[in-house]
Order: sequence, then structure tokens, then C-alpha cells
Amino acid sequence: MGSYQIMTGNEACARAAIAAGMSFFAGYPITPATEIAELCSELLPQNNGVYMQMEDEIASIGAIIGASAAGKKVMTATSGPGFSLMQENLGWAHINEIPCVIVDVMRKGPSGGSATLPAQADIMQTKWGSHGDYRSLVVVPNSVEEIYTETIRAFNLAEKYRQPVILLYDAVLAHMSEKIYVRDLDEIEIINRSKPSCDKKDYNPFNYESSKVAPLASFGEGYKIHFSGLTHDETGFPVSNQNTTGLEVLIHHLFDKIDDNYDKDIKKYETFMVDDADVLVVSIGITSRSAKAAVAAARKQGIKAGLFRPITMWPFPHDDFSRINLKSKAIVTAEMNNGQLNQVVIEDIDRNQKLVMKNLYDGNQIRDIDILNSIIEANKYEQ
Amino acid sequence: MNNDIYSKYLVKLPTMWCPGCGNGIVLQAIIRSIDEMDLDLDKVVFVSGIGCSSRAVNYLNFDCMHTNHGRAIAFATGIKMANPELKVIVLTGDGDCASIGGNHLIHACRRNIDLTIICMNNSNYGMTGGQYSPTTPIGSITKTSIYGSYEPPFDLCDLTKSAGASFVARAATYYPVQMKNIIKNAINHKGLSFVDCASDCPSLYGRLNRLSDAANMMSLWKDRLVTIKQAETMSSEQLQGKVIWGEFVNNNDREEYCDIYARNISKAKESING
Ligand SMILES: Cc1ncc(C[n+]2csc(CCOP(=O)(O)OP(=O)(O)O)c2C)c(N)n1
Repeated sequence: MGSYQIMTGNEACARAAIAAGMSFFAGYPITPATEIAELCSELLPQNNGVYMQMEDEIASIGAIIGASAAGKKVMTATSGPGFSLMQENLGWAHINEIPCVIVDVMRKGPSGGSATLPAQADIMQTKWGSHGDYRSLVVVPNSVEEIYTETIRAFNLAEKYRQPVILLYDAVLAHMSEKIYVRDLDEIEIINRSKPSCDKKDYNPFNYESSKVAPLASFGEGYKIHFSGLTHDETGFPVSNQNTTGLEVLIHHLFDKIDDNYDKDIKKYETFMVDDADVLVVSIGITSRSAKAAVAAARKQGIKAGLFRPITMWPFPHDDFSRINLKSKAIVTAEMNNGQLNQVVIEDIDRNQKLVMKNLYDGNQIRDIDILNSIIEANKYEQ
Repeated sequence: MNNDIYSKYLVKLPTMWCPGCGNGIVLQAIIRSIDEMDLDLDKVVFVSGIGCSSRAVNYLNFDCMHTNHGRAIAFATGIKMANPELKVIVLTGDGDCASIGGNHLIHACRRNIDLTIICMNNSNYGMTGGQYSPTTPIGSITKTSIYGSYEPPFDLCDLTKSAGASFVARAATYYPVQMKNIIKNAINHKGLSFVDCASDCPSLYGRLNRLSDAANMMSLWKDRLVTIKQAETMSSEQLQGKVIWGEFVNNNDREEYCDIYARNISKAKESING
């Protein structure tokens, strides 16, 4: 039996991470993510876990990658400025397929921006932030309860697919308190990375068969694992610049292992009243709650509105969205930035469909009435 | 010479280093020191950043992590804290650990975490083609100081000592046996140990500064190197242009970070039980 508890989003994130088996957290304080670090510093040592306050965010993600290679389940938490600093090491974790969870609690940018104000302007950065080709895995909860469950799912995906997973939410969700249902530990599905069973001499840290993920040995177990940020083959040792196939196969693998398994347990989204929707609202996180209220209000006025809410933001469920979108005449994107989700859905929009953008970046949340007005405007469109 | 030592500790030869490069001497001193110790080789992890020097891990038959430029110490800190049983050795260059990674270096020293950091100090950025680094002597010609370098250099031993490292030494490729012994002491030391390995880059620094060839560069060290003991009796004028080598700090009184953290865990547990 679980229980109902009241907590903030940041508290839910820290508690869920520990429930998922996280035993190593390294971080650097930053509004609006700091409470995650604070709670980890209190709770982790009680269970022999490690909390480390590093000298900066570059060191924080470096330390968790190292700890993951030594066998721990790991997490760091930050906001835009720190997330920007982490990008180079994030790429290192991708190319070496190191499981780790990175929380980006979005505040208004760019730069220092407005530290205490919410935003949703890191959507694209979580997909493209680091240089080079790689496949991002990003989850975007919209409530305190979903922060709890999605944090656990983020760990499961990271361990299963051996790569970084980003948990993305904003300053409002971070700091607001909600009543949530917390399941008992034995009711929660927890996935741990698979460990090698082969002879130690035969172990390769990577497997580049398309959808496979190699088991991950830990440092100190005698496997003599080789990790390198240079383009490497399955042994982990660098590939020569003349070996074009070798240089390509690693990239294929980073994409295939996610794309080939996408429909199994990576894809996730919520739909609300989409079956006959003329106007489809697309929104994530805290804004999607205003959007849902706006859709309900539109329905009361006789407008056939619906909501499409990605929970796995990246990779975006283009196929499903296109199918759902077939019947609608207009799309409304509602987001706390100057236009990012609209660039995602535009790929799936027919030239006969209208796109109405509701953007806000003055530090306020988008009200349901404002989204309702966008729905009404979109509904006027004659195809 | 026993060749076994190579097949036992290295996965492949030759290395990518230029003829006359000091990195091979340092790598050899490292594996010879390990060969003389009674370590569980499965529990030794090498971590490096980016640079010619950091490439050393690509030849080692151990658990290895070749990380990003300057970041080796941060990754190594995570490895050590995740499993304090491991011997974690960082291989780095003067640019890697003192420029882009300088912040991680001083904070690792401050914590006195049990890592061994071995810096192959060739006074320039080798991998990118010979630009000046934070240890390039004033007046040197490099690819980015063709009129003579003008930035004051760091003395990495002074830096790590003041930042709190509990073992600080300088060794030189000119004295490989002594280098091996110093590295052995560093690895055996509990707490942060830092070894600055004075080395040469004949292909870039040597060529640009018209120091003839690798053999000539090596012979120049003969007059420049003075031991800590010799230096004690020398005036500051006499010490001009000299490089002091030996063990500057070997202090077992400072508590090591993993032990400090273990006390934090005890306190946390008391707080929930009490
Ligand atoms: C973030 C980043 N900046 C710059 C570089 C380019 N780079 C590669 S190695 C290097 C300098 C290496 O110098 P040092 O650490 O002294 O090592 P050496 O090659 O001399 O052994 C630089 C600047 C890089 N790889 N990454």
C-alpha cells in the first residue's frame, strides 16, 4: 500500500530518485533546482549514499559519469546556466553510453535571465545542446506526482538504454506543493543495467548491433574496461580516421538503440478529447495544465478542441502526432518561450492547416483564458 | 631490460608520440613503479583528459577513462567516491590540469581526496601544435608567442601545495629511476598526491626555441635540475633558471576526503537513530 503525501516538485524528484536506487548525487547550487541538492545532501548519507557538492556543473556531471562507471545509479540537477556548462561532458556520456539522469529545472533566460521566474525555453537545448550527432532522451512531467513517476522512469530508461536521460520541468513545478500518491517500493518497477556474464577477457563495453545495448561492467571488477570520448569501436579503443565504416557505425548505434525501441517503452504522451478535434493544442509541462482547462472550456462553447501533451519530449512522437493531427484544421502551440514546440509540430502540419502560436516569456504562466482565445481564433479558420 | 613488463601492463606499442617525447619515459616510470608494488591490478583505474600526455591511457591494460579536456580530475573524483577501494590515477598535461582543468585541480587538493595526479609537463600545448601553456617559461617562442611568451607561469608544486595536497613532488625525465620511486611514493600515499614530471617536447617547444634535438634538450636538464637539499644552500640568484625537484610535501596528518565523508555518513545515521 502506498500513501498520499504533500510535497514540492523538487522534493518529489529527490525522493523518487532515491526510490529508484540513486546512490550518488553531485551538484552545484542554482535556483530553481537547489532544493534537490539540499535534500540529497540530507537523505543520501543516511543510506551510505554519496552527496558531493562539486566546484561547478562541469565537475558535477563529470563526477556522476565517473560514479556511474564505477557502478552507481547517479543524478545531477541544475538550471539553464549550469545545464549549458554541462554540454561537453553530456556528449561524453552519450558516446560512452553511460547511464545518468540530469535534471534541468527551467528558469527564464537567456544567460542569467531571471533566476526565480519560470520558462520553457530549454526544449531545443535538451535535444541539440552538445555538439555532434546523438539521440537525446528527455521527459517532461506536468505535475508533482508526475515528477515523481517520471524521475523513476528516467532512471529506468537510462539504465536500460545506457545513456543520459534528461528530466525537464520549470520553476513553477519545482516549487509548488501538491498532494501526490507515492507507491511503496515493492510496487515500483525498477530497472537496473544489465551486467556482463561472459569471460572477462572477451568483454567489450559496446555492442553496435543496431538495437542492442551491451551489458555494462563496473570499474574494479576485472574487465579492464576502456572508455574514450574519441570515436571508438566496440572495444572502446579509438577508431582510425581512415576507417570510415568504423566512424559511422558508432553514430548509427546511438540512434538505432533508441529509435528501434521507441514504441516499446520510450514513447509516452497524453491526449485529451482529440478524437474529433478540429483544433489541436500542443503543450508540455505546467502550461499543459492551462491548456487542458482551455480545451475543456472550448468544448463547453461547442468548439471541438483537443490536447496533445508529450511526456517523452525527445524523441518527439511524430508518427502518432501526425495520425492524431490528420483530422484537425488548426494547431495551437502554447509554451513559455518565443517559439520552440511550434517548430517541432510544423514538421507534421499540412499546408492547409493553420498554426496559432501562444507564447509568453515575461515570467508569467500562460493563463487558460489566453489559450482559450487562441483556440477560438484557430477555430475561425476555414480550411 | 625485461620486456614482460610491456606485455603485462600495455595493450599496444608503438605509441603515437614523436621521437624524443618525454611522455614515454613517464609512462615507463609509472608501469615500473606499479610493477614494484603489491597492487591488485583489477582495482587500479587510470583517468585522463585530452592532450598528447592524456593519450597514455590508450596504451594501458587497466580500467581506463579517457575523458574531456581538463576534466579528468572531476571524473576521477566520482569514481573514487563511488568506490573508495579503487586506486585512481590521473594522467594529465600542463594545459589539461593547470589551464582548462585548473579549477578541478585546486579543489581536489583542497579536499585531499585520495587520487594520484601525474602531470606530464612539457611546457606547452603539444597536441594542438605547440602554443604556450600556463607553465611555459617567460620569453619562450611558441606558436602563439612568436615574440616570446609574456605570461607569468605557474609553479605547479607551489600551486598544489598551497591548495592543500598532502603529497607534492617534482620528478624529471632526466632522472627516470628517481621518477619511478617518486611515483611509487605518490601512489602509496593516502590523500591527494601530485607529481609534476618535468619533461620535453622536442618536436614543438624544442624546435621553436632552437634547442637542437631531443638529446640536447635532455642534456640541458643536467644543469637546470637541483634537488631540494641543494636548493636549500643556494641563493636566489643561484636559483635563477633552476628547476627544483624532489618531494616537497609528504604529510600523513591531513585527513583524507573519503574518510571525512565516512564520518558524515556516521553523523547522518546517528541523526535518524537518535
Ligand atoms: C574544450 C577543448 N578545448 C580545446 C581543445 C583542444 N586541445 C586539445 S589538447 C590541448 C592542449 C593540450 O595541452 P597539454 O594538456 O599541455 O597536453 P600535451 O598535449 O602537451 O601533452 C588543447 C588546447 C579540446 N580538445 N577541448
